[in-house]
Amino acid sequence: MEFVIEMLGIRKEFGGFVANNNITLQLKKGEIHALLGENGAGKSTLMNVLFGLYQPEAGEIKVRGKAVKITDPNVANDLGIGMVHQHFMLVDNFTVTENIILGSEPTKAGIVNIKDAAKDIQALSEKYGLDVDPHAKIEDISVGMQQRVEILKTLYRGAEILIFDEPTASLTPQEINELIQIMRRLIAEGKSIVLITHKLKEIMDVSDRVTIIRKGEGIGTVVTAETNPDQLAELMVGRQVEFKTEKGSANPKDEVLNVQDLVVLDYRGIEKIKHLNLSVRKGEIVGIAGIDGNGQSELIEAITGLRKIKSGKVIMNGQDVTNKKPRQITETGLGHIPQDRHKHGLVLDFTIGHNIALQTYYKEPISKFGIIDYKKISNKANQIIEEFDVRTGHGESTMARALSGGNQQKAIIGREVDRNPELLIAALPTRGLDVGAIEFIHRRLIEQRDKGKAVLLISFELDEVMNVSDRIAVIYDGQIVDTLDAKETTEQELGLLMAGQSKKVKTVEGDEKYE
Amino acid sequence: MSNRAINILVPIISVILGLIVGAIVMVVSGYDPVNGYIALWNGIFGDVYTIGETIRQITPYILAGLAVAFAFRTGLFNIGVEGQLIMGWTAAAYVGYAFEGLPKIIHLPFALLAAAAAGAFWAFIAGFLKARFSVHEVISTIMLNYIALHISNALIKFWSGTDRTEKILESASLRSPWLESLTDYSRLHWGIIVALMMVFVMWFLLERTTRGFELKAVGFNKNAAEYAGMNVNKNIILAMTISGIFAGLGGAMEALGTFGYVSIKGGFTGIGFDGIAVALLGANTPLGVLFGASLFGSLKFGALNMPNAADIPTEIVSIIIALIIFFVASGYVIRIALEKFKKTKEGK
Amino acid sequence: MSFLEVLYFIVPSAIFYAAPLIFAAIGGVFSERSGVVNIGIEGIMVIGAFVGIVFNLFTFDVLGNFTPWAALIAAMVIGAIFSLLLAVAAISFRADQTVTGVALNLLGIAVALFSVKMLFDGKGQTDFISERFPRFDVPFLSDIPFIGPLFFQDIYGTSILAIAVAILAWFVIYKTPFGLRLRAVGEHPMAADTMGINVTKMRYIAVMISGGLAGIGGAVYAQTITGDFGHATINGQGFMAIAAMIFGKWHPIGAMGAALFFGLAQALSIAGGSIKYIQDIPPVFLTILPYVITIFALAGFIGKANAPKASGQPYIKGKR
Repeated sequence: MEFVIEMLGIRKEFGGFVANNNITLQLKKGEIHALLGENGAGKSTLMNVLFGLYQPEAGEIKVRGKAVKITDPNVANDLGIGMVHQHFMLVDNFTVTENIILGSEPTKAGIVNIKDAAKDIQALSEKYGLDVDPHAKIEDISVGMQQRVEILKTLYRGAEILIFDEPTASLTPQEINELIQIMRRLIAEGKSIVLITHKLKEIMDVSDRVTIIRKGEGIGTVVTAETNPDQLAELMVGRQVEFKTEKGSANPKDEVLNVQDLVVLDYRGIEKIKHLNLSVRKGEIVGIAGIDGNGQSELIEAITGLRKIKSGKVIMNGQDVTNKKPRQITETGLGHIPQDRHKHGLVLDFTIGHNIALQTYYKEPISKFGIIDYKKISNKANQIIEEFDVRTGHGESTMARALSGGNQQKAIIGREVDRNPELLIAALPTRGLDVGAIEFIHRRLIEQRDKGKAVLLISFELDEVMNVSDRIAVIYDGQIVDTLDAKETTEQELGLLMAGQSKKVKTVEGDEKYE
Repeated sequence: MSNRAINILVPIISVILGLIVGAIVMVVSGYDPVNGYIALWNGIFGDVYTIGETIRQITPYILAGLAVAFAFRTGLFNIGVEGQLIMGWTAAAYVGYAFEGLPKIIHLPFALLAAAAAGAFWAFIAGFLKARFSVHEVISTIMLNYIALHISNALIKFWSGTDRTEKILESASLRSPWLESLTDYSRLHWGIIVALMMVFVMWFLLERTTRGFELKAVGFNKNAAEYAGMNVNKNIILAMTISGIFAGLGGAMEALGTFGYVSIKGGFTGIGFDGIAVALLGANTPLGVLFGASLFGSLKFGALNMPNAADIPTEIVSIIIALIIFFVASGYVIRIALEKFKKTKEGK
Repeated sequence: MSFLEVLYFIVPSAIFYAAPLIFAAIGGVFSERSGVVNIGIEGIMVIGAFVGIVFNLFTFDVLGNFTPWAALIAAMVIGAIFSLLLAVAAISFRADQTVTGVALNLLGIAVALFSVKMLFDGKGQTDFISERFPRFDVPFLSDIPFIGPLFFQDIYGTSILAIAVAILAWFVIYKTPFGLRLRAVGEHPMAADTMGINVTKMRYIAVMISGGLAGIGGAVYAQTITGDFGHATINGQGFMAIAAMIFGKWHPIGAMGAALFFGLAQALSIAGGSIKYIQDIPPVFLTILPYVITIFALAGFIGKANAPKASGQPYIKGKR
């Protein structure tokens, strides 16, 4: 059997931290080879080694049987290795063509020959069915098309081996389907693919073989057809994983949040929330299911007072909080775990103690007459650190930046839950965390519910929404298209609703059918 | 070696490196660095007169350094301290001579307040532009520096008809015959007390008050501050304005203490830009600023002795100061070197 | 003066004052397009002015007519070398670019004055140069009515050079592979890196180009406008060049236009006293006009301009 790529016993360290240790990955010609591991397991590091962005401390790389040293991306390109990055490496205000030719520009008399390049790109795009306009600016095209530009970049350079780094993270289900078609077409044309992912479903769908890494260690390679998701999950995490979180049935009471006929604009002045209605009661978890970009961020920002509401009403705990200031809304009993913990949840250059005080620093008992009692802050912080099992290193005086993602998130949850809010909004609370932290956070959310509080969970992961919520509201194009009982619905039903393909409508007779 | 030790070591190493490179420059230029540094030392500590003058020189540096440091701590880069200081100087001088018949207890605070308000207003413009139109404060304050310089010059011309204003009245003066006689008739004045008070004010504001907590949070991460319910725009404007107060008071030191008037300037005073160096060296802490200002103020004043005593141009000190900024700014490399050093030591 | 006389006087002097700004502003465009903020242009112009004057004074008896031009080359070389300080600190040592720029300004004036005092027996300024740039009429073009006296009579070769440099810069930045890479490095250095472009090398080159051009700008200013070098020779020209770069939206031709406009403001503030209507405006308003306009431009009143996205940030490999 011919291997096009062999990475043998790769080791990569970052100042004492071992990101990759003794990992072996062998890619056969014409296969889709999945690289599976949790967030932070070292998948991207391994691929950056292959692409020449990092140099390994030990191990050997062979391309088509020959040992090579890949010192920088140019060498990787020359060897026919191309990378489709997870965070697209595209210059926003350049055209598609400019982005693709960057670094290997065709010239005529010293001038960049855009015309011929665009023609070549058009031809490539048609050959692989990528449907990309070579003259469009990156900032004007969809995420899916940007990804196809990334693919074209590698093909333009004659790549035979393509690395896809978490390619489905920000795609809609249709775009994911299209991507899978494109990958199959690439294989048919004789290319080989490494697919980096932590989504088991994708692996089962498209890959031929799977290599698993866990905490930087190579665990082994299995043939996809001979394994199943449970086994893969166990290999990835290192223990048996319960996909279902234990919980009793909900006991909903009075309404806490009532959103009526809400209209919100995005920063460009385009309607992003279109007459949305939503209700959340005490003692239940309502999950918002939907694909990124359907108005989730705008909805949260409108409820929490961070974004102006154009029309409609938000009622919190019986009070009208429409267009009130964030702090006024917070004080009516709202807790908020923001979707981007680094950008919105924490001041990374503050200590963890100061971060825990971020919502309470101005109130008694922490401050009086505008003077802060820092002793009280550290006492409070230490209590929360203990209660929420935040591993800090140097206690509350540790810089927030120095904590792992899971511990940062625990600190945020501690801060918000400790204020005992009537409604807790949790936006993507487990994004990028490992399985242990995910389980911890899910338990905490359910605990809130069991204490008789309300939880509004926003997530892009269907599994999470279905697992944790009691009711599921599906958001599509700025509207809640349907609200379903979490116990009764199916992934298929939700998937269709999220894609906006079947809006459930009530007919005159009162029975329900799908459009 | 702890992180804290490294934080203190970086500026110290930078100063030493600056002095060494300064010595090399002197040698290459055919001067005797030993004589040069002796002259510098004597220029600073030679007798009570020079000590008095050195402290006088340090005073505006403290305030300019506080202005830059305060802005840095709240996430802003105030290059406009120079312009705010000029506005403060001009305002203090005007109030100092134009209001006759006021008792000192009213006139002096009035003149100080006028300087603070003028500096604050000039900084407010930049803060407002950033908050409302997201104009980067570095560029707007550079522009405002020149506008301040030209407006101040035009005002002086307009008020006096000549190239400097009248002398301020005794009732607005910071000068002190007692301090002067104590230091062999240097121009040492009460301004140093004002500067020291402001060091405390900055510390208290940032480290003890809820306002300081907010200003720092906004400075480090606007988004998180907004999510925590803070008013970001208000805090940006306020941070800039407070920074301007320090700068304006720096100008008052020159108007009410050292000179007693304001005159038309061909160029900048340089105090505002040196304030950046002071703040940087002092790691943007109030106490650090006090040390940084003491060092740079001493160097600047001591340098005046170098042409006479060692026949070396005073600019050698400006070269040294600029080099120190380079080294502090490149602290990343010094840090790496220190950590390597630490490792090899631990290895043994 | 009649309106036409005013025009014949003001337009050439606007171009005359604009020339040094054009060089320095184009330099700024190169540096910022690569992602390095160069506040140090002022300091580099000071060095350029100093080198230009000193080179002129010490070589004119050998080089004769060619002296001022040779002085420009010397200023360019020394300016580029001086800007290496910014490059090393800001690109390799990850120092704050603005702070380093400020240090460059302090260092420029200090080194220049230190050297002047060393070379001229403790005096604060140099002697006046005797070999200046000649003015000349462009053949044929200067005979065109109206246009001729406005643009082509009695002009400096340096003005023509400045405009040529602006056009060349436009060509390089927008038409060549080098320009495409330069802009990519300033917008998204990591993207450029993954395409095999050496970000560090590109930024070093860009900063040195900006140093060379700012050096020329300083030497042109000193050799055409002041004739000697002292502490107040450059006095803010570098910052005005930065303003022109911003007002020109980081585009070489835009920067040239802005520099010409600022040149006009300078010409008016100096010569406005003898012109009807203008003489009624207090000169201070004309003096501060370029700065006020730059602030308005930044505030978005004169079309929103965006700086290159990565400008001001050191590029650290492997960090997202």
